[in-house]
Amino acid sequence: MARVVVDVMLKPEILDPQGQAVQRALPRLGFEGITDVRQGKRFELDVEGPVDDAALARVREMAETFLANTVIEDFTVRVEAAGPQEGAPA
Amino acid sequence: MTTRIGVVTFPGSLDDADALRAVRIAGGEPVTLWHRDTDLHQVDAVVLPGGFSYGDYLRCGAIARFSPVMGTVIEQARAGMPVLGICNGFQVLCESHLLPGALTRNDHLHFVCRDQRLTVENADTAWTRDYSAGQEITVPLKNGEGGYVADERTLDELEAEGRVVVRYLDGNPNGSRRDIAGITNAAGNVVGLMPHPEHAVETLTGPTTEGLPFFTSVLKQLVNA
Repeated sequence: MARVVVDVMLKPEILDPQGQAVQRALPRLGFEGITDVRQGKRFELDVEGPVDDAALARVREMAETFLANTVIEDFTVRVEAAGPQEGAPA
Repeated sequence: MTTRIGVVTFPGSLDDADALRAVRIAGGEPVTLWHRDTDLHQVDAVVLPGGFSYGDYLRCGAIARFSPVMGTVIEQARAGMPVLGICNGFQVLCESHLLPGALTRNDHLHFVCRDQRLTVENADTAWTRDYSAGQEITVPLKNGEGGYVADERTLDELEAEGRVVVRYLDGNPNGSRRDIAGITNAAGNVVGLMPHPEHAVETLTGPTTEGLPFFTSVLKQLVNA
């Protein structure tokens, strides 16, 4: 089964108070040198059948109408490369 | 014949009972609508209440927007039926694209719950005719994601066309652009706002009764239609 990943991020001009809160917490935890944090959402979609252009077009349509609110968010769609098999050591 | 005002209950709605009560106190006939209804039971107007529809999963209002009842509400709203979205209802209206922009996390990240002063700037909508333009009112405000955002062009358009219905007074509670608390569509039949007029309709439970005119406005509008 093929996996398609949709990443949704707030547009750059939209304030991300959650990302800012994370960024402000980092120095307190000893993680220095991070100048900005933006927080987003990642959707992992397991697709039935081949992930061809038509399937990707459907996923884009899904992202556009439902997974992202394009008034405030941008999204990217990509097919996940075959990674390590389940159960393999990281 | 009394005027029938429907109030939609989504799974996770909280303020549907108060909205129904506000309709009754204003003199209308409250009608309960279920999220699975595609039939609006001959109502003359619809209120989308506050709460956390579908757990606010994905985004506030995003899943409610695709519920069966919203298909009909969107169609009727486009045909001119008065629709009021309060808090989560406002988020649903933005997700439905009946109103422009979106509601985002409060800039200070805290849930805010307080009595909020507002200016009613547009007293010509279906839901605000019983106010006078410039009137100051106090009604409860309670939200975690109430920051109104839209691109500059949209904000300029809303201002130029007088479509900012209510604006925050005495401090911006959530980072809303230009202190916007509520807006209307171009036709004036669809209004969305974050503050809760339905919680300010009688002195026993509300800080004021200054929310009641939202509900009397629409009744008058429908009777005169």
